[in-house]
Amino acid sequence: MTASRKLSEIAKTIRSKNAGVDKITFDIVFPDSSTYDQVRKSGVLSRAAVCRVFGIAAEQISDHVEFDPALAIKFTIYRRVPSGSPGDADIFGSQQYGPLLDIEVPGV
Amino acid sequence: MPVSIQHGRSANHTLRIVCPNGHLGFAPIKTGSFQIGCHCEPDLICADSGSCDVGPVPLGADISSSPLQWQVDDLETMLLASRRLGVPMIVGSAGDTGTNSRVDLFVGIIRDLANKHGLSRFRVGYFYSEVSKDALRRRIVDRDTVMGLDGRPPLDLATLDATERIVAVAGIHPYIKLLNEGAGVIIGGRSSDCAIFAAPAIRQGFPEDLAYFYGKVLECASFCAEPYGAKESVLGEITIDDVKVTALLPEQRCTIASVAGHAMYERANPFYEYFLGGHIDMSQCHYEQYDERTVRVTGPRYVPASELRVKLEGAGKIGERYVGIVGVRDPYTIANIDLVTAWARQQVVERFGDSGYELHFTIYGRNAILGDKEPLRAAPAHELGIVVQGVAPTKAMAEEVCMIATRQMFYARLPQVKGTAGGVAFLLDEVMRASPAYRWTLNHTMPVDDPLELFPTFIVEAGI
Repeated sequence: MTASRKLSEIAKTIRSKNAGVDKITFDIVFPDSSTYDQVRKSGVLSRAAVCRVFGIAAEQISDHVEFDPALAIKFTIYRRVPSGSPGDADIFGSQQYGPLLDIEVPGV
Repeated sequence: MPVSIQHGRSANHTLRIVCPNGHLGFAPIKTGSFQIGCHCEPDLICADSGSCDVGPVPLGADISSSPLQWQVDDLETMLLASRRLGVPMIVGSAGDTGTNSRVDLFVGIIRDLANKHGLSRFRVGYFYSEVSKDALRRRIVDRDTVMGLDGRPPLDLATLDATERIVAVAGIHPYIKLLNEGAGVIIGGRSSDCAIFAAPAIRQGFPEDLAYFYGKVLECASFCAEPYGAKESVLGEITIDDVKVTALLPEQRCTIASVAGHAMYERANPFYEYFLGGHIDMSQCHYEQYDERTVRVTGPRYVPASELRVKLEGAGKIGERYVGIVGVRDPYTIANIDLVTAWARQQVVERFGDSGYELHFTIYGRNAILGDKEPLRAAPAHELGIVVQGVAPTKAMAEEVCMIATRQMFYARLPQVKGTAGGVAFLLDEVMRASPAYRWTLNHTMPVDDPLELFPTFIVEAGI
């Protein structure tokens, strides 16, 4: 049986924030390159995995990149409505990362 | 005596800028690190004051998102240092939105402060960024496409008609013009964050490749440092070869991780930054630790645009808004909360029909923040807080929509409910008037022939 740990235990930063008025971007930053590489290889933050976590379609992800200089995986999704429209309860997009914290990462 | 930074000026010709705040006026400048910055021989003091993060209400209603006194305090801190050191001060996107009224407000504050402190005469340069709806209407009629960003369709007349106010996002050009005209203080209308810092660097002949990146890295002040701590000052230095950024708060450092990490902050893609005139490509950036608190960056590239396109931001009013708040503790009611809100909505429909207003239920304790994206929406908490928003053309109707929906949750008819004396708990047996509801109607671009054509500049005198 392979050991696994939660993303919140191994990532340095897990955050979300507006990227303009129509998108929210997520940054998951790791403390060292070995952790970064293991998470990348595990696929738990791949496009498909992110779609499963949030229950969204692939075309709702506008960008998904691995950003080596910052040891970060970054993806961006379209908002349902522009930020601050009535009914939007996260004007800054800053609390959308919650479901990422408990993602299990195998082999770390 | 504050501790100055460790490195002296580079041998090459340099330009140093202190940035004290990434959103001036939104939360106060921490003055300790700013005063350290003032001891580091800055050539300018620059800060951005704008943000779309505050939502569409400030632009639509033409207000600031923070108290006037906070704006006065931050401007006073910067102005007194700038005049004492004899270096220019630049503030971009005045008052959150960069509308004409916010520029006028900031210019007025600067002139009042100059009188209050008896400052010697200096020139205040400013520019406007608002675009009239008529100008855009002509563009649409002339089939000069106003293209949508981020998946939006081209601007149509209906969307334009539903818009209250529009600003265009300036590049470096009005800042350079005003510096050339001898402005000691510049108050900018809406502009790209990086332009505020890139403009003086480009004006003095530093490479555009580095200058735009210089602006990008400085614009959020201490967000490019670690440990996390906002509103602290940072110092930037540009040479013909590199950009350096130094954390000024003694407890903070700029590290490769913090500076590279900042490159991706609040942008869809960490490699590109777009502005009027082109974009920077940061994919080949090289970051190195220069000294304990300083990171040196080389390798960004400036890619000029083949066509000048200016970004437009617009907000339109949806209606007046009232808010109600209720709580639920009965587990059966919690399990059937959608039936409760459906009942309440139906009572509004019976009074007003099913259109001509908006009604929103935000269910805290279940999925308020993520909505349909909440993986745990089937496992609500043991109590729920529900915020009801009614939006309608008039205050009276908005109040009534909100009041019907809030009050009728109390009377919702659930077949098995044990508590028959009231289905919800009221925090207040009233609904509260909130800011009118607005939405972002424009997130678009349009072509311009001249990067200054939408941004008229002005010079006035201040001081005695």
